[in-house]
Amino acid sequence: MVEQLQVPPLRNEGRLAAALDSDLLHAFLRSRIAVAATLITVTLVLAAVFAPWIAPHDPFDLRQLNLLDSHLPPAWLADGDPRYLLGTDDQGRDVLSTILYGSRISLGVGILAVGLAAALGIVLGLIAGYAGGFLDALIMRIADVQLTFPAILIALLIDGTGRALFGEHRNETLEFWVLVLSIGLSFWVQYARTVRGSTMVEKSKDYVLAARLIGIHPAKILFRHVLPNVIGPVLVIATINLALAIITEATLSFLGVGLPPTQPSLGTLIRIGNNFLFAGEWWIAIFPGITLALLVVAINLLGDWLRDALNPRLQ
Amino acid sequence: MLAFVVRRALEAVLVMLVVALIAFALFRYVGDPINQMVGLETSFEERQQLRQALGLNDPVLVQFVHFVWRALQFDFGVSYQFKRPVTELIAERFPATMELAFVSALFSLVLGIPMGVYTALNRHSWLSKLFLAVSLIGISLPTFLIGILLIFVFAVTFQVLPSFGRGEVVKLGFWSTGLLTGSGLRAIILPAVTLGLFQMTLIMRLVRSEMLEVLRTDYIKFARARGLSDRAIHFGHALKNTLVPVITVAGLQLGSIIAFAIITETVFQWPGMGLMFLQAVQNADIPIMSTYLLLVSGIFVTINLVVDLLYVSVDPRIRIDRRVA
Repeated sequence: MVEQLQVPPLRNEGRLAAALDSDLLHAFLRSRIAVAATLITVTLVLAAVFAPWIAPHDPFDLRQLNLLDSHLPPAWLADGDPRYLLGTDDQGRDVLSTILYGSRISLGVGILAVGLAAALGIVLGLIAGYAGGFLDALIMRIADVQLTFPAILIALLIDGTGRALFGEHRNETLEFWVLVLSIGLSFWVQYARTVRGSTMVEKSKDYVLAARLIGIHPAKILFRHVLPNVIGPVLVIATINLALAIITEATLSFLGVGLPPTQPSLGTLIRIGNNFLFAGEWWIAIFPGITLALLVVAINLLGDWLRDALNPRLQ
Repeated sequence: MLAFVVRRALEAVLVMLVVALIAFALFRYVGDPINQMVGLETSFEERQQLRQALGLNDPVLVQFVHFVWRALQFDFGVSYQFKRPVTELIAERFPATMELAFVSALFSLVLGIPMGVYTALNRHSWLSKLFLAVSLIGISLPTFLIGILLIFVFAVTFQVLPSFGRGEVVKLGFWSTGLLTGSGLRAIILPAVTLGLFQMTLIMRLVRSEMLEVLRTDYIKFARARGLSDRAIHFGHALKNTLVPVITVAGLQLGSIIAFAIITETVFQWPGMGLMFLQAVQNADIPIMSTYLLLVSGIFVTINLVVDLLYVSVDPRIRIDRRVA
């Protein structure tokens, strides 16, 4: 393993071969949990991406909905209808189809929010670590203060402010982006701290010094030269954060301040189903709940594994 | 030591001022306070008079100073939804949230520490593996989903526990408690478990890893060589030394318990501050939002300060570290 580390950086033509022959891939194939988690994640993501093609019904096409079909239990139960494998909700929407479309929205919000948080955190972290002095103190003080508060509270607050600002003018698209923004803004701190730490280490190395000596613009040094060297831990944080972002989105939607029932995420579906739990119609809430749990646990396991696999101290 | 205390206290005050500024900005600029207070038929002149009377035409800095001054006297304005002073509304709901937070913190400590010790001492038993598997679920599943599952099992399927409200409450002066009645005690079980599960798994994992660390140290080996009983070694020596980080984390988690109470209170319709805050977010009731923000940050900052100071006074090693650095 030590020999592997001493191989000089490979050019593009060798990258694929190197990836196929890397420790990472071998370790991955050896870990049964990692493979299982990946399989579940990939299946759910593919199902979400291809929802419009594989879903048995289009839950948003009002012409296909029939109120006579509402509140049907899953197909294998006594009153079940074979057309609706996991039953139907109060509007006669096929639960399986709404789950497929819902995971699409949940994943979409999660990925966009993590992307936003990572981008913001990386840029601020690079600036803080490289510039030092006042800028560094300012950014890190803001981060410290924000870290005092749980992310969910900050997301709720930003979301509430957004709702108050837009008042009656809000619509589905706007609510989607307010949600992405509020989750993204509540998760940037971790990235900023990590990137700042590694940037401070990288900054004093010879290649940065050389780049500065030949007069390359600081922005180019940061993004072209420093960034690739500090990005590793960010990927691990992003994986684990994706699960957190999906949970946060589901929580906000469940609390009724996320996505509306016309554009339901998994959280919204659970919120809708929760109203019928006492009537014994458990399938409306429980199946989206199971999907959410599977997705989150699988991504978490994957993130945990990735963190351990990339941690040189544990090898 | 005194310099450290003073510096920390000053930082806490600074943080509170920043939060107050955010709360003030929310209150002042998100939505027009005048529009929220008056009816449609109020004329422009009357609005201007009200604006002048409320001091909304003063310089912003003066307004901010007034805002902080009023906040220091617990005057946070009137809720848009309920048309009542926010302080009154918060005071009514404060006991419910505090009781829920206290019971769930207790639950997480009372179960989490023994489970952590057990899993550290019996690493390979099947019960330890079960605990760890459960803890993975506790960490991964969102709070509201755990709440719904608990309701589905215990309130809907077996119908043994209530799924909403506080049950009967008893008034003790200004404090209303549900902990003295049978229905109140039964009502708090499901919300407290929901809220405490995450903390419990966190404490369990922390105690486990700290115990494993401590059990490897020389003084434990020495204690064994002296022929002390397992009990004395495990609980008298090992556990005692794991408790410092546990106290810190438990203290800091108290803050997030209060924040996550928003979710639990909504699932169980628990009449606490969190539920009110959520309704305020849904209805853009800014006075309640900004007050809740101030109150919760006050609690957080105080907890952080106390934990910091406790840590330094409990663990002498930290004091030395700080002086060197």
